[in-house]
Amino acid sequence: MTVTAIQAVEEQAPERFRFLRRCDPLLALSALGLVGCSLITLRAATPNSGNYYVERQGLYAAIGVVAALVLARIDYTRLREYKYGLYGLMIFLNLIVLGMPAVNGSRRWIPLPLFQVQPSEFGKILLILSLAAFLTDRSRRTHERSTTARIMLLALIPALLVMAQPDLGTSIVFAVVGFVILFVGGTSFKQLLALALLALLAIAVVLIVAPALGMHVLSGYQVQRLTGFLHPSQNPQSATWNIHQSLIAVGSGGRAGRGIHATQTRLGYLSAPTTDFVFAALGETYGFVGGAIVLSLYALIIWRTLRILTIAKNLYGTLIAGGILAMLMVQVFVNVGMTIGIAPITGIPLPLVSYGGSSVVVTMIAVGLLQSIHIQARTAAASKARQLIS
Amino acid sequence: MLTPQLARRVTVLGTFALALFAIIFFRLWFLQVLSGQRYLAQASQNGSVREIAVAAPRGDVLDSRGNLLVDNTRALDVQLSPPSLPKSASARAAEYRRLAHVLGISMRARGCRVYDATTKRTVREHLATIPCDIAQQRAQIPYANVTIKTNVSRDTQFYILERLNLFPGVQVQQVYERSYPLGPLAAQLFGTVGRITRPELRDPRYGGASPNDVVGQSGLEWYYNHYLQGQDGNQRVLVDAAGNFQRYLRGTPPTPGHTLRLSLDMNLQRVGQTALQQSIDTNAPGQGGAFVAMNPQNGQIYAMGSLPTYNPNVFTRPIPTSQFDAEFGASHHYPLLDRAIQSPGPTGSTFKPITATAALQSGRWGLNETYDDTGKFCQGTLCRHNAGGVANGVLNIVQAIRVSDDIFFYNLGALLNSQAPHGGPLQHWAHRYGIGRPTGIDLGGELPGTLPTPAWRAERNKLEYECDHATGPYKGKPKHAPGGCGIADGTNRPWSSGDNVNLAVGQGDVQVTPLQLAVAYSAIANGGTIVRPHVGSAIESANGTVVQRIDPPPLRHLHINPVYLAAIREGLHEAAQSPGGTSDAVFGNFPEKVYGKTGTAQYNGQHDYAWYVCFVPAWATKKPILVAVHVEQGGFGAVGAAPVAREILSQWFFGHSGKYVPGTSQTL
Repeated sequence: MTVTAIQAVEEQAPERFRFLRRCDPLLALSALGLVGCSLITLRAATPNSGNYYVERQGLYAAIGVVAALVLARIDYTRLREYKYGLYGLMIFLNLIVLGMPAVNGSRRWIPLPLFQVQPSEFGKILLILSLAAFLTDRSRRTHERSTTARIMLLALIPALLVMAQPDLGTSIVFAVVGFVILFVGGTSFKQLLALALLALLAIAVVLIVAPALGMHVLSGYQVQRLTGFLHPSQNPQSATWNIHQSLIAVGSGGRAGRGIHATQTRLGYLSAPTTDFVFAALGETYGFVGGAIVLSLYALIIWRTLRILTIAKNLYGTLIAGGILAMLMVQVFVNVGMTIGIAPITGIPLPLVSYGGSSVVVTMIAVGLLQSIHIQARTAAASKARQLIS
Repeated sequence: MLTPQLARRVTVLGTFALALFAIIFFRLWFLQVLSGQRYLAQASQNGSVREIAVAAPRGDVLDSRGNLLVDNTRALDVQLSPPSLPKSASARAAEYRRLAHVLGISMRARGCRVYDATTKRTVREHLATIPCDIAQQRAQIPYANVTIKTNVSRDTQFYILERLNLFPGVQVQQVYERSYPLGPLAAQLFGTVGRITRPELRDPRYGGASPNDVVGQSGLEWYYNHYLQGQDGNQRVLVDAAGNFQRYLRGTPPTPGHTLRLSLDMNLQRVGQTALQQSIDTNAPGQGGAFVAMNPQNGQIYAMGSLPTYNPNVFTRPIPTSQFDAEFGASHHYPLLDRAIQSPGPTGSTFKPITATAALQSGRWGLNETYDDTGKFCQGTLCRHNAGGVANGVLNIVQAIRVSDDIFFYNLGALLNSQAPHGGPLQHWAHRYGIGRPTGIDLGGELPGTLPTPAWRAERNKLEYECDHATGPYKGKPKHAPGGCGIADGTNRPWSSGDNVNLAVGQGDVQVTPLQLAVAYSAIANGGTIVRPHVGSAIESANGTVVQRIDPPPLRHLHINPVYLAAIREGLHEAAQSPGGTSDAVFGNFPEKVYGKTGTAQYNGQHDYAWYVCFVPAWATKKPILVAVHVEQGGFGAVGAAPVAREILSQWFFGHSGKYVPGTSQTL
């Protein structure tokens, strides 16, 4: 195809949506596919709620798609200038949430007139944008220890704030995002290894040494939940009851699922079948087939994200894509791993599938940013090509 | 911007992601495809279906004409299912408070006796009404629902059902309650129903009953429980993990119990009870009595009453102990007692045909033998006389029965005496007639009475001695003066001829129920067959077809020489319907051929107890009937009891009772 032919095709599309010609259709389709899977699963998992969850989740997804379109339209590089504002906003939101009324013992939500906002969710994307910007600023000094320390510190401050809400899962996401951004940014393996060892040391201190000395950093239920997957129990009173029921749900789904006979999901044996354990609900209702479809869609998104990471027109884009990759991977593996008994129980939503406005909108924003990186990369490549031709 | 370094790192990231995806895929494959069946079984075990028992209505009870005697009314009970109550004590207490408020139950704590099954002891706790009910009923049957209040209104039902989240574990259950449209007629026969008890659950009679079942516990309800009970159905309900209702599944509708048709004729029953009441009213200090009307050929009971009676409908609701004691205790002469089968006593002269049978069959007396009644019968220094001191002169056995001559039968008693442990021919024949053993009627609670023998007396003497001296089974109990325990007179007197003389005329230690006497006389009427009396006549399905006829075979045949039997009957007929007969004043002008015998039992310190037995046999009528009447402290048999029998026979043969005419005979 010649350039004029491309231009001709491009000119057929309305001016406003011309940028979409350069988006990544596979990424967009797999994201929308996951939303579809979410709506189907939510409808099946809540037999007594009518279309309540479906309508709301659909609305959140629509809001998310609009946000993604807006972000895809702009050049993400401009966000680099707002790094302090973005970081400050993240810290601010996660601070004021601590003053909000507690829901089930947690302070994670800011109640607004029509809906609630979960700052820790928005914190993920804000952290990615600001951390990527800070590291880009020091791109010539990535080998320095001070860079590594600063970036990790900037990631750990919000992680600690989120842990206080308490939202252990999201603080893990923050820490991993910081680590992966450093990894993609080119930090030396020596320093990364040191970070990993420090992390292991911290875990050991929190779980073993501190309790032995009488200090309890985590509350008992958190420890049980984190280690419970290693020894699932049948005692309904114990912390591992949820894992046990989740395993029964997923396992009983078999190859093709139990459909409307999914008793674990529909009769409440599965806790949180719309949010934390939505994958178990899906596994029980639609079986291995359903689980495999959803996992394939995630694999597709991860693959496209890795690809976008490599084609980004600048380091900032690469780092953003790296952060988003970390965010998505941690969420998918920890959430799915939890429901199938190979990862600790942490309240992490499954991106785009778990019911919840903040999570869906934030994930869609992430997809929009990836599209923006993709579009900018394609645009840059196209203009480079034009320059070469002319 | 793809530097070699970045390319390497992206490869690492991609490989890492691929590995994680592979792990998840294989784990999912393992769980769902390889272990799916195992987890499916566990999911099914999670018990998401609850079964709610739907009580089956018990079968109706009808009389022989189809009159409804016992049926059901529906009621709503508030029940608690203990396993579904909140776990925390404070939440439970709050629920009890709400429930008490709605149901109008006091929350004030009071003394509460609770049986502790583990320590096997009753402990007294201080509990409010609802926790007390729960503790008491759970001690009875651990897994059953606890009834908190019976017969609540529809409004209460809706109030609770609409607020089930406030009342976890509370059910408003439709139950059936027995009702008795005819009130006090034959009240003692039907018996009671109630929640099955712990021992009953192990009773094979209630095989297959569940802890929430209501079963028959006495009377006909108990005997025919198997048929009346029906099969409880269930409503299957899908619930979630928290036990909240989701939707109804297909359940099993309850199968109502079968209908029990009785051989009772309620018109006859009504006439019998009215006449007996008249006798009690006119023969002071009469206070209670009983009658039995039956078919002497096959044992079908046509009417069977006991006075005083009561209205069984009062027991549909729990009644306070004070009210129970007031209305069903000694001051009201124990109306719950079925005197026809539960109040044995000496029969007086009605025993004489049994003595006559024994004397003739044993050869100790001949049909043509006579005895000269000089007005007294002496054994050693003790002399006995006829009632009123009369002397009837020379009598054969037929004549002796007609005039109920005591001296004649004293003599037979002395002739038939034996010191063998089980007595002589008199005890042998009395035992064969059924004295001292249950008749086997289809009601619970029948008492066997007593047939005195030398062995029986020795046993009583031994027990009295042990009781007086606090030895043997009475070890550790207080001692008594000789005879102080009331088991025997304390003289340690062995069996003597005098005991047999007493027995020969139905006095002394012999104890017989009206029904036992009726069965014995039936044998005389039907030629020697001991029938098994029965109130039930058929089990019918709800649409009226007969499922099973109740026709129990006779217990035994006595093989009495027909000549002897004819003689005894002749005496009985003359007693009832010939000049000089003891009840001729009552039955002399009765249009049917009546065979009857009076009896007047003497009690120390009490007025005489009146007895009368009569029958119109199968060779004299197409509707053979036998009537036995017993009036406590009713005076002479012909005065207190025979007129009641005549009223019953009038109703039976002519469909109306006659004018109540007390008899005049002063003979025992």
